[in-house]
Amino acid sequence: MSRLKRTIAPYLLVLPGGIWLIVFFAIPMITMLSLSLQEGDIVNGYTFTGHWQTYVDALDDYRTQLIRSLIYGAIATIILIALAFPMAYWIAFYGGRRKATYLFLVLLPFFVSFVLRTISWRQILTDDGPVLSPLKSAGLVPESFHILGTPTAVIFGLVYNFLPFMVLPIYVALERIDPRVVEAARDLYADPATAFRKVVFPLALPGVFAGVLMTFVPTSSDYVNSTVLGGTDTTMIGQVIQAQYLANSDYPTASALSFVLMAVLLIGVFAYAKVLGTEDVMKVAAR
Amino acid sequence: MTTTPQHLAGNGRTATGDHPAIRFDGVVKNYLAHGETVAAVKRTDMEIAQGEFFSLLGPSGCGKTTTMRMIAGFEEPTAGKVYLDGRDVTGVTPNRRDINMVFQSYALFPHLNVFQNVAFGLERKKVARDEIRRRVGEILEIVSLSGMDKRAPREMSGGQQQRVALARALVNRPRALLLDEPLGALDLKLRQQMQVELKRIQREVGITFVYVTHDQGEALTMSDRIAVMNAGVIEQLGSPREIYEKPASRFVAGFIGTSNIVDGHVERIEGGLALLNYSTQDRVVCPVPGAVRRGDKLEVSVRPEKIDLHRGVPPVTATGGSVLSGIVNEVVYHGTSTNYTVATAAGADFTVFDQNAANADDLADRGDRVYLTWAPQHSYLIGV
Repeated sequence: MSRLKRTIAPYLLVLPGGIWLIVFFAIPMITMLSLSLQEGDIVNGYTFTGHWQTYVDALDDYRTQLIRSLIYGAIATIILIALAFPMAYWIAFYGGRRKATYLFLVLLPFFVSFVLRTISWRQILTDDGPVLSPLKSAGLVPESFHILGTPTAVIFGLVYNFLPFMVLPIYVALERIDPRVVEAARDLYADPATAFRKVVFPLALPGVFAGVLMTFVPTSSDYVNSTVLGGTDTTMIGQVIQAQYLANSDYPTASALSFVLMAVLLIGVFAYAKVLGTEDVMKVAAR
Repeated sequence: MTTTPQHLAGNGRTATGDHPAIRFDGVVKNYLAHGETVAAVKRTDMEIAQGEFFSLLGPSGCGKTTTMRMIAGFEEPTAGKVYLDGRDVTGVTPNRRDINMVFQSYALFPHLNVFQNVAFGLERKKVARDEIRRRVGEILEIVSLSGMDKRAPREMSGGQQQRVALARALVNRPRALLLDEPLGALDLKLRQQMQVELKRIQREVGITFVYVTHDQGEALTMSDRIAVMNAGVIEQLGSPREIYEKPASRFVAGFIGTSNIVDGHVERIEGGLALLNYSTQDRVVCPVPGAVRRGDKLEVSVRPEKIDLHRGVPPVTATGGSVLSGIVNEVVYHGTSTNYTVATAAGADFTVFDQNAANADDLADRGDRVYLTWAPQHSYLIGV
């Protein structure tokens, strides 16, 4: 009896989460896959054809937006690493007893809704807003200068909104580095820069890796920032999917694009993991 | 187990000889904590000779680690100067000091394998690749880790990691090797094994070892000289024998081994021996220098193994030495010896070690009235 209990106990523990995944992940995925293989329109209804033509058409029509999204995501991710690493480094090594406070400050914007925060940036970056109007009246930038509606504004918004997702994993990795290990490097004739390059940075890599996963995937599929801060020529793939689904009710195209985006991101992530040698990275992380 | 390659004995470069390996000249280290200045190390002058096994011994917070970190360059003295091999290195960063350290937690680079860990210092010094390979191979042999080059630190036992840390430092042939409680994390058996091993390696490479420990047994067995530190001050600096037999202070007497300490006023001085009386039959006899006068207050220490314990009235005339009566409070059987705690007429509790040599019977039981005697030369006047 008790042996039986012990055998089934692990499965019982998995059950709630398993059911959740089946209901809210597997079923929608299957539904979406089926949708993407249907043809028709909202008035006459959709019928399952099993044709992959929708994928071909969707890729043809929206290749620009897909590539643009990946480029925006990549640029935002690179800027995020450049911004978050020094922040995380400073908090981890110089934060002292205030570490928790600084981390809280990093998270503080999250207490305001994502969309609302982005909209408030729209107010700040608008042509006669508090940033541009003083610059323009001082003659530092030309009257015709805009930020809103440009790729810069969209990438800026992406960076701003996803900063904590890069700071936190890098912070965790840095925080776990034994300061004595850094001292050992200094003791073994490494100057501060070499100690950083040879010891601190390699040990922080698992954090950077996690941070990239947590920012590149959502930034390249984001639609809020380009909707709120962008213009007509900054449309990202997320916006297209949203428009196809909600505005045009073209469910097959929306579903097909979603699958394409997912596939591209998965391939990207696996390639990235391969190049970085995640196995080693993960081993260090698991230490 | 291995013969030392010729160039590993000594320093690579010839040590200058006339200079001590390490010299502290009026070194002071203060910290600012909560707006208050705390003295971690008070004014210290000391010299550590070339090739010496030197221990800094003391309880935690005594300043021994700060002292070592000032040698390494991780801390800068508030005042005074530190010399390595006659060169003033005050203000010189750790990477420019010809000194290496074995950290308490080993601090091995977790992302590098054994070879890469050990080669780290040589690579920074731009030593040729072939020579790096040769020297790392040699040092791994010395620390008995040959063939483990490719292992990651986390795949090794504590004792093995310890050897990697040692090899990583020694491979650079530093002027001095600093060891910060390197055996603290090992279990007793391994620790004793590593003590012997460390001594052997030090003999083989001939490098000055500065060993920081709070374990007096470790310091006594391994060191050429010991500096006993307490509250930021070196209380005594000397050979293990000097420190054990002639403790310079009450602290040293108590910290190194077990000491019985009695206070008393000098009753009489006769032929260089002071007599301290506690009653008509309880007295302590102690050799004293000429400056001691009748009526002076003295602190006398005597080691537990020097004391004889008698159940009956002892042959008073036999030694002309010290006699204290007392009641046995505690009897603890230790196998090779039995330890007695005796409340003496002099006011202090005495510890007595009695070797279980000839007769297996204990000499006394709890509550017994006993007499403790010891020869005059075993009394030691503290602080002289």
